[in-house]
Amino acid sequence: MMTTSSATRSARHHRAGAASTAPAPGMPARSPRAARRRAHLTAWAFIAPVVIYLVLFYAYPLYKNIDLSIRHYTVRSFIDGTAPYVGFQNFVSVMSSSTFWPSIINTTIFVFVSIAFQFAIGLALAVFFYKHFPLSGVLRALFLVPWLLPLLVSASTWSWMLNSDSGIVNSFLEAFGIGQINWLTSPSWSLTAVLIANIWIGIPFNLVIMYSGLQGISADVHEAAAIDGANGWQRFWRVTFPLLRPVTAITLLLGFVYTLKVFDIIWIMTRGGPADSSTTLAIWAYQLGFGSLLPDFSSAAAVGNLLILIAVIFGLMYARMQRRLDLS
Amino acid sequence: MITTSRKGRVVGAALVAAALVGGLVGCSSGTSTNDSGSGKAPSGTYKFWDPYPQYDASSAWAKLIKKCGTQAGVTVKRTGYDTSDLTNKALLAGQQGTSPDILLVDNPVVSTLASAGILTSTEENGLKTGKIAKNILGAGIVDGKTYGVPIGANTLALYYNPKILKAAGVDASSITDWNSLTAALKKVKAAGKKGITFAGINTEEGSFQFLPWFWGAGADLTKLDSSKADAALSLWADWIKKGYAPNSVIQDTQTTSWQEFQTGDFAFGENGTWQKAAAAKMGAKVMTIPAQNGGAAPVPTGGEFFTIPVQKDTARYKASEKIVTCLTSTDNIVDTDNTLNYISATQAGQQAQLASDPSLKTWVDAVKVAKARTGDNLGTKYPVISQQLWGAVQKAESGAASPAAALKAAQSAVKTKLNK
Repeated sequence: MMTTSSATRSARHHRAGAASTAPAPGMPARSPRAARRRAHLTAWAFIAPVVIYLVLFYAYPLYKNIDLSIRHYTVRSFIDGTAPYVGFQNFVSVMSSSTFWPSIINTTIFVFVSIAFQFAIGLALAVFFYKHFPLSGVLRALFLVPWLLPLLVSASTWSWMLNSDSGIVNSFLEAFGIGQINWLTSPSWSLTAVLIANIWIGIPFNLVIMYSGLQGISADVHEAAAIDGANGWQRFWRVTFPLLRPVTAITLLLGFVYTLKVFDIIWIMTRGGPADSSTTLAIWAYQLGFGSLLPDFSSAAAVGNLLILIAVIFGLMYARMQRRLDLS
Repeated sequence: MITTSRKGRVVGAALVAAALVGGLVGCSSGTSTNDSGSGKAPSGTYKFWDPYPQYDASSAWAKLIKKCGTQAGVTVKRTGYDTSDLTNKALLAGQQGTSPDILLVDNPVVSTLASAGILTSTEENGLKTGKIAKNILGAGIVDGKTYGVPIGANTLALYYNPKILKAAGVDASSITDWNSLTAALKKVKAAGKKGITFAGINTEEGSFQFLPWFWGAGADLTKLDSSKADAALSLWADWIKKGYAPNSVIQDTQTTSWQEFQTGDFAFGENGTWQKAAAAKMGAKVMTIPAQNGGAAPVPTGGEFFTIPVQKDTARYKASEKIVTCLTSTDNIVDTDNTLNYISATQAGQQAQLASDPSLKTWVDAVKVAKARTGDNLGTKYPVISQQLWGAVQKAESGAASPAAALKAAQSAVKTKLNK
């Protein structure tokens, strides 16, 4: 690929050189070059919409976000555009903030615990629904409900259910003699509360992808394993699970990116509180940028860029893993 | 082969990142859409932004604006935005040079917009402030210059449920200071009812609701870690600890706190002027919030300010000024304030309101002792202080830290942030 394209390029250079030393030999000599140029132009014309779209909607916002984070923006300099360049100062002040480590720890717990439960439950349900049985279709459709509900609705419902004094969860627990748990208002429970809601919301996604992954595995393999005397447990761990590896990898990566930027659920349920106990990086970025009467765009952008950086690192890790799978 | 697949993977990783950026920027780019859609308004059309999306073109408010526009000889194009959205909209419009001619904005935001340089002072735009009560006007004053006039003011008071107080054997008139209030809460709890509800959430609403107690103890926003501030925060924290206030106040907004009060189980509910009609319907009465040692505590003012943003064509200020003066004239403002549940910012307006509805007396009294949050020349320092204050309130309420420790941490965070 590389070689051919460089070969064409050098060939073109030669011809261009020839053209300049012996000018205007007439139409016949120019026409293949013109044709090639036209072909190039056509190719670019086809790519242009995508390139323009990418630049306009991805590259420019990313550039803006980085620009915001390396300048010191105040409300005044935001208006007149005179924000001075400060290098990594915003990052330093964000990282030395007392909210930094709690939010990193919260984000880590939130992401990994969410994914672990979402994936395990999603996979278990997918295996469960793999065998068709009466009403399995209806049941599977019911499991999709959390996915179909607007996040605002499900998060508000969860916050009502988990209300300390009048929530249904606490009245249920009290019926069993367990005392009141301050799900949303105790620093030691708030992260658990938003985790439960987020896991519930994420299960359908994992269920659907793993279910379709399961259907991609030929029934013959299972049959062969069964004939060889493998029991159900062995068939799952030795046959199904390894064959699901590519689907598993992409599900985990997508789950990671989705969970990393979860905002709505936490904001609606706890506003990141009490006392930063459920503040993740995404929530913190919002709090800095839009949470108070005085927006601090630079710090918010710095936190946002850290989030992006983390996502990229995990994206690259996924890519590496994928390559090892390809080579093996 | 390996090179291309690596390239593919890098592109893949970049796409993941791009998707994430798209998601993040998606939130903020929503604010940049210019709904007014007009790059250059014709000279006869004036843009007017307010935070009342609930009023459509057929409302009395919209008709009044239209009428005042006609009197000033121009057409007014009014757009209503959500309050929380309006600040960012106004900042972006200022950046793009497409500010509206008149901007009606929440009072603590005025100092932020003024320091951003997108508002004209009354010296430039000719608005008159003579008759407006100084304590309400305070939110519009930055470094001695006034950047707008209030539409009116609302504030907080203590609603109470007479039925519950009666059942608990509490005389409402005996509540004059914190001790008598806490004693009343104790009696209410002993009678098997719930004590008090307020909004202790970690947003500006939380600070707004805490300030009457903070100021009522004599504390000062420039010194969050004073013993007086500690007394105020300990009062709230103890109420929650003793069960006089439900644990849910930690997450309550003023709306959800009001819903709790409306269940009829609560003796007291700290809430705003805007609930007075609903309160009357459920038979609730209202008293001013007591200060620590008696008397009415200073309460923070809520409500919007008319501001006139900077325009390239300074000749436009004249008509804008006429429109605002028309809207704030006593005849017009009394009707507007009645509809919006505001207390007028001028004495003449307050008297006119009292004459038609004597039950407003508690509110007029409360507004008279009210303070602007950004007043005392705090200006843009207030948002920084307030954010730390509501954080400290949350820590103390939830028991994550003692009131004194939480306030001490808040004060040192304020110091770091303001020195930055």
